[in-house]
Amino acid sequence: MTALGAYTGDASLRSVQFRREREATWRELEDLLQRVHDKGLSGLSAEELATLPHLYRSTLSSLSVARAISLDRALVEYLESLVARSYVVVYGSRERARTRIWAFLRWRFPAAVRAGRWHVVLSLLFTLAGAVAAFQMVSADSDTYYMFVDPSLAQGRDPSAPTSELRDQLYDEQDFNHGLTHFASALFNNNSRVGILAFALGFLAGIPTLILLLQNGLMLGAFAALYASRGLSWDLWGWLLPHGVTELLAVILCGGAGFLLAHAIVFPGSEPRVDALRRRGRQAAEIVLGSVVMLFIAGLIEGIFRQTVTSIDVRYAVAGSTALFWIWYFGWCGRARERLEGAVPWR
Amino acid sequence: MAVARYLDRRGDGSRRREIVTPEGIPIQFTLASIGERMTALTIDIALILAAVFAAVLFASIASPGEDDWISALALLLVTLSRHFYFAFFEIRGHGATPGKRAAGIRVIDARGGSLEASAVLARNLVRELELWMPLTFLFASHLVWPDAPVWMWIVACGWLLVVAFLPLFNKDNLRVGDLIGGTLVVVQPKVQLRIDLADAVVAARPTAARTATYTFTEAQLEVYGIYELQVLEGLLRGEAAADATAVSTVADKIRAKIQYAEKVPLGQDERFLADFYTALRAHLEKRLLFGKRREDKFDKRA
Repeated sequence: MTALGAYTGDASLRSVQFRREREATWRELEDLLQRVHDKGLSGLSAEELATLPHLYRSTLSSLSVARAISLDRALVEYLESLVARSYVVVYGSRERARTRIWAFLRWRFPAAVRAGRWHVVLSLLFTLAGAVAAFQMVSADSDTYYMFVDPSLAQGRDPSAPTSELRDQLYDEQDFNHGLTHFASALFNNNSRVGILAFALGFLAGIPTLILLLQNGLMLGAFAALYASRGLSWDLWGWLLPHGVTELLAVILCGGAGFLLAHAIVFPGSEPRVDALRRRGRQAAEIVLGSVVMLFIAGLIEGIFRQTVTSIDVRYAVAGSTALFWIWYFGWCGRARERLEGAVPWR
Repeated sequence: MAVARYLDRRGDGSRRREIVTPEGIPIQFTLASIGERMTALTIDIALILAAVFAAVLFASIASPGEDDWISALALLLVTLSRHFYFAFFEIRGHGATPGKRAAGIRVIDARGGSLEASAVLARNLVRELELWMPLTFLFASHLVWPDAPVWMWIVACGWLLVVAFLPLFNKDNLRVGDLIGGTLVVVQPKVQLRIDLADAVVAARPTAARTATYTFTEAQLEVYGIYELQVLEGLLRGEAAADATAVSTVADKIRAKIQYAEKVPLGQDERFLADFYTALRAHLEKRLLFGKRREDKFDKRA
């Protein structure tokens, strides 16, 4: 029986030597990760932050080597966990918040909308269809108004109200601290919820999104018909459009985002449904985020500007300029950057 | 670039998911359980409610009247925390909200890419449908749909509950938001490097016995494969509630199997197993270098 001398000196195991050589690097990475876990990335100095990816890559290569040469299960498991843990930090988020927000507003949001323009057009068509239908019906029979407009939203603006009262409501000057800001805030609350729902309901094949958009259009049409019947059309739109351009557009964009999801679910095309959903889902999410920002702007216009400015010319001027702004923004803003980036993830 | 592959490698295999990093190295994560996710969610909701409550309390103290900008601000905060609490913290905290951190879980990209802000947004905006809508419907349906007939209420609730409980019905525990964002929720890996049993300098052995007491022949080391080696590793590390009898039972079995001739004194079984482990590992690793990987004792290929 020959004793194999080679097995007595332990360091002759390659895996043991390997661990001795590399362990310091792993420990360093482990230490940095612990500090990121405790204090976030700000817990690291600029220098340490720069070494993090290097340590990660070198540990990653250690893992490959360990899988190839070491049969120490504890070691391989340790390296796997360490890599997995640093992976989420290294690939967590790369840009600073300010850069990301700026990039989003400057080009990602309009690019997302442009890439989904046909879905947005579809959403616009449903809103318009609702509006036209309700306008026709309420013009023919004013009692149908109650079918389309919820009494709590109408706040007395219904066919039973005298014309003078309807008119006064459009020009009612209220002072700044009289419920207006609260009202605008509540409206923003409500609108953003509706917008986000229009998007999320796209997951249910888009049918509820469609209903939501129609409903929105019906309400608008009914309002328009009521005021038109009293000869107040010009005044109503002057009251509605300064914030309405932004607000309606945002809701329509959210509807478009919902249709993007529905598209991925119902007609995934050549790619697997999961992939289609993931691609369009991210695009849609950016559209919704942008729309919420728009709704916030609309809320500001409504809360601060609308009731304090009663001149109809100024009202139309504001409505016109917001419309022009959005046309420029979605039509042209960020196009150069979009071309430069080329591979936008949702393409 | 990176494709998710699902495989069963260990006992907890059904909960392990493999992703391939952008560098092309596969790494494994364990899926978070429903319980862990519920814990995280409960903590997060509690935090949101606390923030909302504090905001409302502050607003009512600072300005008793209802109509002014402080209450407007409070309302705004409520809206923002409802819609963006999760997204904000998941983007900032590398995929973990405070609740997830406490529960030891986090969000990752299901395909191994970096966790994009848009993915985080997508998975969290859907919460409106998955979380807040069912809650409102169940507890305050008069707010959203005042005169709904009872049957409609039941249908709507049922539908919403199916959406809300989707994670229970698929193998990856994906909720709708995970589907849309392309994300997975996994357990935060625990990192602990234990000693190398084959490294006598660090292994806790009596100093006198740093070199192997027991030696083995090539033929004796040919009997077992990697699987047996790692089971033995588990035993030596005391993973499987091993008592003294387990150690001696295993030692006896191995000696019988490899026809070990020398006598091992009483109480030296652990010592014997440690030496056998080191020798076997050295042997198998050497073969590994030549591209021969012997998976277990039944593996006749290598």
